Amino acid sequence: MPEEEKKPKRLVPKKYPMPEQSPQERVKNFNEVPLGQDAQTAIQESQRCLQCKPGPNRKLCMDGCPVEIEIPRFIKKVQEGNFEEAIRIIREKQNLPAVCGRVCPYENQCEGNCIVGKKNEPVGIGRLERFLADWERNQQKHGKIQMPPSTGKKVAVVGAGPAGLTVAGDLAKLGHKVTMFEALQYCGGVLIYGIPEFRLPKEIVRAEVDYIRRSGVEIHNDHVIGKLDTVDELLKEYDAVFVGTGAGLPDWTNLNGENLNGIMSANEYLTRVNLMKAFKFPEYDTPIRVGERVVTIGGGNVAMDCARTSLRLGCKESVILYRRSDAELPARREEVHHAQEEGVRFELLAAPVKFIGDDCGNVKQVEAIRMQLGEPDASGRRRPMKIEGSNFIIDAQTVLIAIGQSPNPLVPMTTPDLKTTKEGTIAVDQEGRTSKKGVWAGGDIASGAATVILAMGDGKRAAKSMHRFLTEDKSWPAPEVFEKLSCEM
Amino acid sequence: MQMYEIVKSEKLTPDVIKLEIKAPHIARKAKAGQFIMVTPSEHGERIPLTMADFSPEKGTVTIAALEVGKTTKQLGKMKAGDSVFSLVGPLGLPTELHKYGNVVSIGGGIGLALMYPVVRAFRQAGNHTINIIGAKNEKLLIYENDIKSVSDEFFVCTDDGSKGHHGFVSDVLKKLIAENKKIDVVYAVGPIIMMKVIANITKPHNIHTVVSLNPIMVDGTGMCGSCRVIIDGKTKFGCVDGPEFDGHKVDFENLTARNKRYIPEEQLAMKRFTEAK
Repeated sequence: MPEEEKKPKRLVPKKYPMPEQSPQERVKNFNEVPLGQDAQTAIQESQRCLQCKPGPNRKLCMDGCPVEIEIPRFIKKVQEGNFEEAIRIIREKQNLPAVCGRVCPYENQCEGNCIVGKKNEPVGIGRLERFLADWERNQQKHGKIQMPPSTGKKVAVVGAGPAGLTVAGDLAKLGHKVTMFEALQYCGGVLIYGIPEFRLPKEIVRAEVDYIRRSGVEIHNDHVIGKLDTVDELLKEYDAVFVGTGAGLPDWTNLNGENLNGIMSANEYLTRVNLMKAFKFPEYDTPIRVGERVVTIGGGNVAMDCARTSLRLGCKESVILYRRSDAELPARREEVHHAQEEGVRFELLAAPVKFIGDDCGNVKQVEAIRMQLGEPDASGRRRPMKIEGSNFIIDAQTVLIAIGQSPNPLVPMTTPDLKTTKEGTIAVDQEGRTSKKGVWAGGDIASGAATVILAMGDGKRAAKSMHRFLTEDKSWPAPEVFEKLSCEM
Repeated sequence: MQMYEIVKSEKLTPDVIKLEIKAPHIARKAKAGQFIMVTPSEHGERIPLTMADFSPEKGTVTIAALEVGKTTKQLGKMKAGDSVFSLVGPLGLPTELHKYGNVVSIGGGIGLALMYPVVRAFRQAGNHTINIIGAKNEKLLIYENDIKSVSDEFFVCTDDGSKGHHGFVSDVLKKLIAENKKIDVVYAVGPIIMMKVIANITKPHNIHTVVSLNPIMVDGTGMCGSCRVIIDGKTKFGCVDGPEFDGHKVDFENLTARNKRYIPEEQLAMKRFTEAK
């Protein structure tokens, strides 16, 4: 823009673009969609930052970050071209920068508070985080991890998802001996089994996990706590235990015909494709099959992942069936946009009524009904209501149920005095402490199904509290606190 | 990456492999009736396999598999000293053990591998164990002596009459019922059709019947629902709610249909595996 050349100080109104694979190309592969920015673009983007100073009545980028990354400080270093120092600042608070630089809903968090964003597009903070993490990995700057002196305290972390990895990373940095137990053969939890390769390459998760391992964390894969040792048994050997076992239990519609062949939970579908690499069948042994038309029920990020995965597996049409309207779609806008670009059809204001099968027990159709929005419900969103008599049929050979997940019951079931809520989550206080002394919980097992970054925020708070418990203050809230929490939530 | 070393490999029949694998943490916790998820190699599939035995002293678990598909064929080629990529367990709920009285346990085919630790546990719990085992022919009878060693009464059946009763395990059960034998519990493990027949026989007599199901699983820990089965009209997960269920409440038709979900892919994987040799 010539105007800009004259006044170089003038703010560039939009984020510098993120190069992407074209929709036509990317629906044919599982490679990552955004390709990442180069160093020059990152520096230019960083120069859009005004380096706001905190003030009494101001909400700044940092206030929106669940793990409290010192955002202006790291951006300043990017402006100076000092990437090494910039990523070091991020790593002070953030154990999985390459992951969060990709999957964080920054538009509602740091970027949502960005002052530049009041009148223009906010500074692309997420992109900068991603750039720095990728830069670090490619430079192999991972070599220098400073080991702190040992405190002699032992901590067990159950579940190597975003919450558990954060706790492990933070406590290892403080000199505690951390042992992590993970049920699956690879670490990462939802990052590995849930989020598809084209949004988060598994190589990146592996590198981040490797970083944590090299910080001195001992990792035991294939270990299902509750079936092997219980939390009580862990407490005999460890000074503190963190439970981050996630929301692994798929929710069902409970409609007629749901157990027909071809109908599966989003968890099964994504686990087959992502964890077991069924998209590379028969090079990998786990099979997956999609029919000509795939109908995904639900409107969240998981539903978008299912619908977009289906296109890549070669279905002719991928349809999202969601009972509210576009404005209420719980998925991130970016995900909805990507899905639309790739040709996913949105059948909005429609809900399934039953599933119809053929003679061999395979699903062939979904009967659905049109919906309209009424008054807001408890969630604040307008309540969907059936329009009687508006039933219609969609042919489908594959149906994916992506309407949510519930907390994994294994640890609560095998830990008798761990208080849970009505929803089955573990009751925790502000610091993540549970009703059992020495045991913390965080992530989806404590909050219900939420996001990666909120789980990391939980992990961060729990790690602080655990550190205090391990080093100075062994006090614990009274049992009544948890009685109350388990009723309230 | 942790690997799990095979300490002993043995062919029980030309198509049944028995592997004893080092996994002290699992052996320490395993109970009769539970299963483990096995992934032979990094590109492999996770499949649920019966635990045929476990020894906390030796720190090993023993699995037995009928070589019907690519993954089990791959296991069938493994020798002592080889390692499997991933081993997760013990999974599922253990067999509910009480002093029931007279327990009739019935096993067929590869189900006999699971039956052994279960009947051993029934006997240790103070039950009178009446065990009926069956196979197509004498050569395919596995765990015969092991099961016999924990039997108070013992019956062998073969489809071709090469050993024991010429006919099905269900014939012997019918005969016991006809003779007014006191039966407190029936336990059945084997092919779906066998378990269904047994459940149909005991139902009119109101004999509590437990069956051990074998649905297709992916994670085996309650995450995915691939293994969902219909029990008394309600959806349950084979991996965490089972694998044992009340045989009178199981929707066997649905289980049969669901277990056929991936037959074309299974055949393709098998073809590739045999041709690659």
